Amino acid sequence: MRSNPGKPARSDLTTISLSAAVAVGLALISLAPRGAHADEETRSRPLASLSTGFRFTESTGEELFASACQGCHMPDGKGAVGAGTYPPLAKNGNLEAGGYPVYVVVRGQRAMPPVGIMMNDDQVAAVVNYVRTHFGNQYKDAVTADDVKRVRP
Amino acid sequence: MHLGAIFDPKTSARAFARAKFRSYLFSLEDARRSASRGSKLTMPNENETVVSRRDLLSLVGTVAGSTAMYQAMTSLGFASESNYTGPIKLSGDVKGASVLVLGAGLAGLTAALELRAAGYKVQVLEFNSRPGGRNWTLRGGDSFTELGGTTQTCNFEEGLYLNPGPWRIPYHHRALLDYCKGLGVVLESFIQLNHNALLHASAAFGGKPQRIRDIKTDFQGHVSELLAKVTQQGKLDEAVSVEDKEILLQALRSWGALDSNYAYRGGLGAAPVAGEPISLSDILKSRLWSGLRNFALHQFQTTMFQPVGGMDMIGKAFAREVGDLIRYDAKVTRIQQSDGGVTVSYVNAKAGSSSPATPQTAKADWCVCTIPLSILSQIQLDVGPRMKAAIDAVPYASSVKIGLQFKRRFWEEDEAIYGGISYTDLPIRQISYPSNGFNRSGRGVLLGAYIFEGANAYEFTSMAPADRVARAVELGGRIHPQYRAEFENGISVAWHRVPFTLGCAGYWSEKTRAEHYDNLCQIDGRIVLAGEHASYIPAWQEGAILSSLDAITRLHERVVRM
Repeated sequence: MRSNPGKPARSDLTTISLSAAVAVGLALISLAPRGAHADEETRSRPLASLSTGFRFTESTGEELFASACQGCHMPDGKGAVGAGTYPPLAKNGNLEAGGYPVYVVVRGQRAMPPVGIMMNDDQVAAVVNYVRTHFGNQYKDAVTADDVKRVRP
Repeated sequence: MHLGAIFDPKTSARAFARAKFRSYLFSLEDARRSASRGSKLTMPNENETVVSRRDLLSLVGTVAGSTAMYQAMTSLGFASESNYTGPIKLSGDVKGASVLVLGAGLAGLTAALELRAAGYKVQVLEFNSRPGGRNWTLRGGDSFTELGGTTQTCNFEEGLYLNPGPWRIPYHHRALLDYCKGLGVVLESFIQLNHNALLHASAAFGGKPQRIRDIKTDFQGHVSELLAKVTQQGKLDEAVSVEDKEILLQALRSWGALDSNYAYRGGLGAAPVAGEPISLSDILKSRLWSGLRNFALHQFQTTMFQPVGGMDMIGKAFAREVGDLIRYDAKVTRIQQSDGGVTVSYVNAKAGSSSPATPQTAKADWCVCTIPLSILSQIQLDVGPRMKAAIDAVPYASSVKIGLQFKRRFWEEDEAIYGGISYTDLPIRQISYPSNGFNRSGRGVLLGAYIFEGANAYEFTSMAPADRVARAVELGGRIHPQYRAEFENGISVAWHRVPFTLGCAGYWSEKTRAEHYDNLCQIDGRIVLAGEHASYIPAWQEGAILSSLDAITRLHERVVRM
């Protein structure tokens, strides 16, 4: 199993050189395209800055998706399959009623943590609206912060 | 100005957590009484068992700001004492009964080992191609494909490794220690507290990390001086008897290194000339004192251990005993039971879209299912509604670990840090120095980040693996500038992207425990669940083993009584 243990393989995708580390550290916005055929390595954008403390500090739906949702549902929203499944958010008919994703984000569902406890009402509304109008979803009736407030426990 | 908390995840014994709950409630009540704020605060009932954890968290967030929120969130993993009393005794006639164990993590391996020893016919189905589950070590040459499809190959030098899951064993985890002894797993010290390691807060001391010993000694000294003052002023006369008062003053001089006038002037023994102490106000405002809990809490007190060579030595040792029972690469798709037994359907986990998996079945009289609830909640399973509701009730925590290889052990060579952990409010939260290979020349691997829950855990999970490593290098470089010149390669494991768990561990709250825990652990027909998620020591290997021992003991009682 251990091929060449002492010599890092320079060609390996995951070998991070010093220059790469610095580059990522300095990059404010990745130029990686969101093209349909881009693989995860290029689609996944390094965040400009990370949150401080417990709660998310990002404010736009796009930023919040890239900070919270894509960890499991993946940058293209298509979910993933291992021993279990992360359902796709892309082209997901369950998003038709805006109240449903609001509820799931705020309350969690089965193993999905209630990530909405780390967001304020505006943030939850923003990320739900983003998902409902991207990834092949076209639900134009935006949810509001009040909708979120109502389902808080 | 915001100062994040410096706090180890997975803290706090149950009693500690309860005490914290009470003190939070108490201070919240105070805050409410004195506050003129017109907030929409709703107070929870004083009885903490009926307070929804989320209510409490939002209250903590409202009143105390996000620092307290983060601390509360990362310390509510209610861990209790190990109740291990010695090797399990499964005596009596098992009448040729068979058991199907699902999962070859420590819970499943324990069940397989003990049930076979008791005379059962045992078979094990495991999703991975290796034993151990979260008991796992990554070494040079290993590769790991996370959900999303990115494969990382570990390029560490021979002998260096990362334990992506469990990495330390408290001295009181007696069941795990007993199995290590029985299986010949050699242990060495895991260094949790190193006085020469660092506490760091971005906005304190100009971002300059402080030595743990300085914060600890100076904090202790200042507090001793204050206490000595009020003692001398007679302000403790109601609390302390005359005799004890004299002894207390002596003790404060000794404990706080006070001078003959009960003043703290810094330094405790080690330095020939006392240095200028850090002022009490600076320590208080820095919040670095919060990091000191990571060495006081029950789970983190010395002595702690790690297996020599990597945590997976434990899983491998189990597999030397019961490996012949395990069918690897088996992805369970359906669990059925009837009066006559249990039938489990599974497919080849490695089958691709080009060679679709052919369903197979395994049958037995009984089933010990250790599949994480994150996955079990998605599998069609013949159990009653109460157990099903319990399986569906437990969220899985987010956690990320990142291992970084450097050209040399600069933390030892330049800074005299041999083992231990530095804590920071940066998103990486911790840097842990290896507890082995001390004073060697050549390469070394640091745990460059260990993030548990909170926004940062999700943010790191959301990054591509290479970006996680790059971020950890960038952030860690603010604490150790040597990172820039010495870094070579790294590997990251974000537990929500791990195909065999879909999360780090079951994340119970008091409320969900009260409502669901007993229902989760009951034997339902011919099926019983086990694993850290079915224990009172969640996210620890001890919990997995104790849960397994408890489950198979109850199962065995049922079998011999039948």
